[in-house]
Amino acid sequence: MTRTLITDAENTWCPGCGNFSIQHTLKNVFAEMEKAGKSLDDVVLVSGIGCHAKIADYLNINTFYSLHGRTLPVATGIKLANPKLTVICCAGDGDAYAEGLDHLIFAAKRNIDITLIVHNNRVYGLTTGQYTPTSPLGFSGKSTPKGTVEYPLNPVELALASGATYVSRGYTKKMALLHQLITGGIAHKGFAFIDVLQICATFFNMTDQYNRRVYELSGHDPASFEAACAKAREWDYNSDAPIALGTLYKRELPTFDERFPVHALSQTDREQAIQEVLDSRS
Amino acid sequence: MNEISVLVGGKAGDGITNAGTLIAQILSHHGYFVYMYTDYPSLIRGGHNFAIVRATERQVAVHRNQVDFILALDQRTVDQHRDTSPSSMMIVNADLVKSSHGGQEISIRAILAAETAPYIMGNSAMIGAFAKAAGIAWDTVDVVFHTHVPKGLEQNLRVARRAYDSVQTVRTIEPRNRHPQPLITGNEAIGLGLVKAGLSAYISYPMTPSSSLLHFLADQADRFGLSVVHPENEIAVILMALGFSYAGCKVAVGTSGGGFCLMTEGLSLAGMAELPIVIVVSQRTGPSTGLPTYTGQSDLGFVLHAGQGEFPRLVIAPADASEAYYWSDVAMSLAGKFQIPAIILSDKTLSEGMYSFYPQKTGDVTARATEPLPWDKIPPYPRYHDMPSGISPLAYPGEKDAVVKVNGYAHDEFGITTEDADLVSLMAKKRMTKGRALASALMEYHTVNVGGITDAPVAILCWGSVRGACEEVAATLGLRVVQPIVVAPFPSVQLADACTGVTRLISVEENATGQLAALARGHGVVVNEDILKYDGRPFTPDELLVRVKEVVVR
Repeated sequence: MTRTLITDAENTWCPGCGNFSIQHTLKNVFAEMEKAGKSLDDVVLVSGIGCHAKIADYLNINTFYSLHGRTLPVATGIKLANPKLTVICCAGDGDAYAEGLDHLIFAAKRNIDITLIVHNNRVYGLTTGQYTPTSPLGFSGKSTPKGTVEYPLNPVELALASGATYVSRGYTKKMALLHQLITGGIAHKGFAFIDVLQICATFFNMTDQYNRRVYELSGHDPASFEAACAKAREWDYNSDAPIALGTLYKRELPTFDERFPVHALSQTDREQAIQEVLDSRS
Repeated sequence: MNEISVLVGGKAGDGITNAGTLIAQILSHHGYFVYMYTDYPSLIRGGHNFAIVRATERQVAVHRNQVDFILALDQRTVDQHRDTSPSSMMIVNADLVKSSHGGQEISIRAILAAETAPYIMGNSAMIGAFAKAAGIAWDTVDVVFHTHVPKGLEQNLRVARRAYDSVQTVRTIEPRNRHPQPLITGNEAIGLGLVKAGLSAYISYPMTPSSSLLHFLADQADRFGLSVVHPENEIAVILMALGFSYAGCKVAVGTSGGGFCLMTEGLSLAGMAELPIVIVVSQRTGPSTGLPTYTGQSDLGFVLHAGQGEFPRLVIAPADASEAYYWSDVAMSLAGKFQIPAIILSDKTLSEGMYSFYPQKTGDVTARATEPLPWDKIPPYPRYHDMPSGISPLAYPGEKDAVVKVNGYAHDEFGITTEDADLVSLMAKKRMTKGRALASALMEYHTVNVGGITDAPVAILCWGSVRGACEEVAATLGLRVVQPIVVAPFPSVQLADACTGVTRLISVEENATGQLAALARGHGVVVNEDILKYDGRPFTPDELLVRVKEVVVR
């Protein structure tokens, strides 16, 4: 049965919001997966909190609408519990790089087979306009009216340093590429990290700068960690520099979930196992 | 009561807990019930560790500070414990103890050298010497070593034998004709109860005194078919567990107060998203880092109220290993049935204490707490379908045509976010309905223990591991003991029944404010006196007897 991929929930994103592109792309990716014979019953999307997270209400698939910053531990638990599920996280930049930064580093370090899509609009939208970990130096928001006095962090470089085995960057105005990156991330066996530069139509519209500076990688060897690091450092999320889009790094390594074989027991076997332990203690 | 207590002490790194466990096994094989208390500071090497093994003719769940034997591996053991037990028989390690004060001496160094045995086997010498001093047959030592010494058995036995042969019997402990029972800690009992209830994943970040549960389940993961994960912090712990729960696994997490602080946003999410989870909170002395390796009962109010918003929760506080086993099974089973968080509130005394274990029959648990109804398979699937019981039929991701949406926002029956006033109120009512259904389901369980002289007009009110000391004091003074095992939903009716005919109620707790007493008072129970202790050390019967006498004769 082909399912309707959009729910009846009223969409409340601002007109022109970059989230529409990501939702539309995901919808297309799912439709394609279904066409290829994959049951969408086996797909789970986990969202954090923020504008991006409403995608859990809008997409008609299994969803876990979690807490701010906490998509990755939830997704890790789901994947470990049922490895046949395809688990995708949609997180904001506040989610992934501020509130839940520890989880990002550990998900990458573990190489858990899930896909993380970061809706990186570099501003807190739903809380009406404060700086995020990737806002440029001097960003003037409601919590920093005189401008931030700290540099942004470079999440792509961080993902590489943390051991992510699929590291890529997309842009909401380049939907064909975004489609490729998400499909590639889902197909990748291991932790797939996709930083998506996203327009915030209301609080931080970077369309002009992005349009001027982005370019698609060509002739880049994604198997080379050094080349990936060089491309990641080309733009520091602060200065005016060329912004590489595409898959910066890709490598196959054993995944956390496959190193965790678990054989569930019947109730009789459980009670037998308990008795064995008790016998060994008398 | 015919009983003896044995204290073994030395430095951290000497293997004092192992020595205590072997002594406990020897006394268990000698026909006694045993209880072991361990006392150790928060350090890796040095300091002073000791274990007190108490062997009795009926089951007890508390140690005494006055002991009959002191086995001193170092001088500090003598210095610290001799005055408390001046008439004790001592066996000292002559290499490190200046004066044996009339006790017997063994040179562990010489014994080890004779057997070319490593330092850590010094314990075996002390154990062998104790067995002889207490008139315990060599065969008993031999059997226990064969069963419980996994490494270097023959060499350990030779070391023990040399010491056994080098001392005199000074006080014979008569053997008793009782089959040895398993000896397990409270944390192990909790783990086994959870496994019995169908546990398939245990997630935890190390924190004393919960860590030994993590170690036990990690060690036994293959045997029990468990996923055991130690993630980056307690926030990840509980969120990861909720991922397991969403996917249909029975899951538990474990921590102490500080880790539980980090878990509270996840606890509230479990309440809102209606995801079953069991949270083991083993208390230590607070506030803040407090005393990591010492006990306390100061987190009752915290676990009852933790998490923003209102949602039903089950909180149980078992007193000993048997109760921990039975109620951990019940907690997991009820969490699943009502799709709620359940908290098992332990403390260092219970978690790390070792008990002669008699499993309570739990056959009725699974019979009563049936799983929620499965979904009727007619799409679309309403994850939060508002049934009369408040409990929604369950489906898990992966099930055909079930779009399973869980949500920490206020949501409608399909799990879609809503701000609609009527829906918000409907779902709040649904959660409260589940809470009432839980409370009424608990009426079928024995949620309040009554012990001691069960019709005595003067009663002690207590909870958790403190019951062990309370029961002994009650036996001496002819008092009743009333112990709620379930603390949320509060068992008001059962507690009122348990207090029928009580004219004076004395609360005994290991905290500074009388948290259970305050809770009971809030439910209309008259509590006349509070006896409190908050130095990190558990009440012993002797100490508590003095405190209770003070208020009873007043």
